[in-house]
Amino acid sequence: MTKTIMTVDDSASVRQMVSFTLKKEGYAVIEAADGKDALAKLNGPVDLIITDLNMPNLDGIGLIKAVRGNSAYRFTPIVMLTTESQDTKKMEGKAAGATGWIIKPFKPEQLVAVVKKVMR
Amino acid sequence: MSREELHRQGFRDEAHDLLAELEEALLTLEAVPTDAELIGRVFRAMHTIKGSGAMFGFERIAAFTHEIETVFDLVRNGRVGITKDLLDLTLAARDRIRDMLDEDGGDAAGEARSEDILRGFRAYLPAAGKAAAPSPDLAAPDPAAGEAARVEQVWHIRFRPARTIFLAGGNPAGLLGELGELGEARVVGHAEDVPEFSELEPELCYLWWDVLLRTAAGELAIRDVFMFVEDESLIEVGLVAESGEELDEDGYRRLGEILVARGDISPKNLEEALRGQKKLGSILTESGLVSRENVDSALAEQDAVRELKSEKRKDEAQTTIRVPAEKLDNLVDLVGELVIVQARIRQAAERSTDAVLGNLSEELELLSDSLRDATLNIRMLPIGTTFNRFQRLVRDLSAELGKSIKLLTKGGETELDKTVLDQLNDPLVHLLRNAIDHGIESPEAREAKGKPRTGTIELSAEHSGGEVLVRVTDDGKGLNREAIRAKGLERGLITPESQLSDKELMFLIFSPGFSTAQAITSVSGRGVGMDVVKRCIDSLRGSIDIESTVGTGTTITVKLPLTLAIIEGLQVRVGGEYFVVPLAMVEECVELEHSREETGRRRFIASRGEMVPYIRIRDWFAVPGTAPAIEQIVIAHLASGRLGLAVDQVIGEHQTVIKSLGRIYREVEGLSGATVRGDGSLALILDVPSLYRSVLSHRNRTAAAGG
Repeated sequence: MTKTIMTVDDSASVRQMVSFTLKKEGYAVIEAADGKDALAKLNGPVDLIITDLNMPNLDGIGLIKAVRGNSAYRFTPIVMLTTESQDTKKMEGKAAGATGWIIKPFKPEQLVAVVKKVMR
Repeated sequence: MSREELHRQGFRDEAHDLLAELEEALLTLEAVPTDAELIGRVFRAMHTIKGSGAMFGFERIAAFTHEIETVFDLVRNGRVGITKDLLDLTLAARDRIRDMLDEDGGDAAGEARSEDILRGFRAYLPAAGKAAAPSPDLAAPDPAAGEAARVEQVWHIRFRPARTIFLAGGNPAGLLGELGELGEARVVGHAEDVPEFSELEPELCYLWWDVLLRTAAGELAIRDVFMFVEDESLIEVGLVAESGEELDEDGYRRLGEILVARGDISPKNLEEALRGQKKLGSILTESGLVSRENVDSALAEQDAVRELKSEKRKDEAQTTIRVPAEKLDNLVDLVGELVIVQARIRQAAERSTDAVLGNLSEELELLSDSLRDATLNIRMLPIGTTFNRFQRLVRDLSAELGKSIKLLTKGGETELDKTVLDQLNDPLVHLLRNAIDHGIESPEAREAKGKPRTGTIELSAEHSGGEVLVRVTDDGKGLNREAIRAKGLERGLITPESQLSDKELMFLIFSPGFSTAQAITSVSGRGVGMDVVKRCIDSLRGSIDIESTVGTGTTITVKLPLTLAIIEGLQVRVGGEYFVVPLAMVEECVELEHSREETGRRRFIASRGEMVPYIRIRDWFAVPGTAPAIEQIVIAHLASGRLGLAVDQVIGEHQTVIKSLGRIYREVEGLSGATVRGDGSLALILDVPSLYRSVLSHRNRTAAAGG
């Protein structure tokens, strides 16, 4: 069955790149511009959420907490996009329930490798 | 525009927007210097420019922005205040980033200006920050460290996941599976920590594992498997043996020694236990010094090393048996029948309250699943044998056409079911011919465009989930969209008003009777070919995708199922009839309320921001009866688009053993086979690509009639 991945990022170019890469791998992709938008669009089956951490309205940490609070998505893998300068953010994200992370900048192949890893 | 350039341009546009927003925020900050929301906006803009910039090849911008982001992080945390000087500096930085977006290389004056601005920002950093390099070195770990050991080793890995691993979306089974991919793994599970049922929290993970892994991958690769869980989970990785290592006469360390080495028991415990003359493993377990699982795990280690040693002695000669293919086909048929009987037994067991029957049925299911996988695996052959035949074809054809072409093949070791492989030959010949004839230009034309005289066609195969991707890529002239459109009009496939996406336009080449070659050559251009390819691939339950850039070439990707004998299907019901949709195509199931239904000729449903056409299986196959008030729509995903199938009820996943239909039914549009359900009745397998084609051609026809 086609797996669905939600990509959450306030940067349209990152969203575009993530979405393009994943669609090419045969995944269905839902795009959301920030945490609030993501929660609004989270109304069907989603097999993985890839989220940025720094976003307006609702940031990545807030999104992860909200998603984990929803019983339908308690066990859904969540991958966060972080930069090397955000080690404390990374810990905060893990504490909130993130499954893994990708360090920006990343290449499409790295993205695909992590996606395949957490969706096994 | 190349894909990369497209992404770069996307980033440029976005960065310009962000810079405009940044300027506005900075100017407002001048009036209200403590507005946390505004400061947050400035930080985020810098952060996005840095993060995305590095991703799309604007490393200089990323490095430049890094320190400004650091300063604004301090501002955000209240450790640095907003001053007029800082705002001036940031505005200057903003202008500098704008210039850098359009600069190609670095020019000296610009670089000097960047350095000036950065010096200003560094003044805001605490002393330690000043020494920091502008951009941290993200060099990958030295690959040589992992490369050094190419020799097989046996590792003992103990993995005790955090109890809460599931709550972070983790999956221990997936991690163990990943270890299995590194080499040969023996996994011993430890269930001794699982509490009494009354105290068991079903969402926690109580199990832990010992893994004996024989691999040449090295410790780094093993540790990498656990990269996301290593902080919370207990992970021990220890080297047990190397294949080069000399072993004593007895084979390997004794059980007791292993347990002592792992710290599971003390040497004193061992000595006491050894005094009894019973088998050491049972003595240790009985005395409660160590659990049964720990002993099993140690025994597994002993086995793994013994085997490694004995294999060293054994000659490399692999024993193979040759059997006629029919014998295998017969075996696959029998396994298919078995799977059907197993499904019936399961259904019977689900209805009964007999616990013994339930257990037996579960065991039977596990066994028949493994038997099915093992049997299908026997029929798997590497695709490379087919690939090799094409070298000659390419050589001969290119000589005939006066072109210079080399064929590269990749992934020849990828395995496919023999029956799929046999039927793949013709479509691949057509695709290659097409690439040679229409794709690659003559050497003179290539030279004029600044390409190497010799064209390249790459034929590759790879696994992707439960499917195999076969690609034919050429570096020729790409598909001429205008020629396709003109031809489509001429053939009446489209109307001048037809609004086609680029993909839909390209897919026209798969329409029957379509050929854009101006001159008829002996190779292609006879107007048959691509539509035959499409039909062949559809009959193999595969799909086709095209990507093509004018001037740089075309890639045709064929996606094929691993096997034709048994597929995962989604069972649905319409009236008294049952149908199966191949699960690989299913994207989601949504409800259709009658009130929302459109009454026009064309039916569409909104799904994920797109209008998806749907058909009612009831109408299509003239199933008697009336539809329920709320119907289900199964949305199927194809390379060329999405299609909804309205049914009465979605029943669930079903192991579908495919039976071909008799001659009479072969021409029925929309069906590709049949299968036997758990209760012995029949279900028809829907041919979604052909349904989609009918819907599309109907749409084009009505559009043509209307226009």
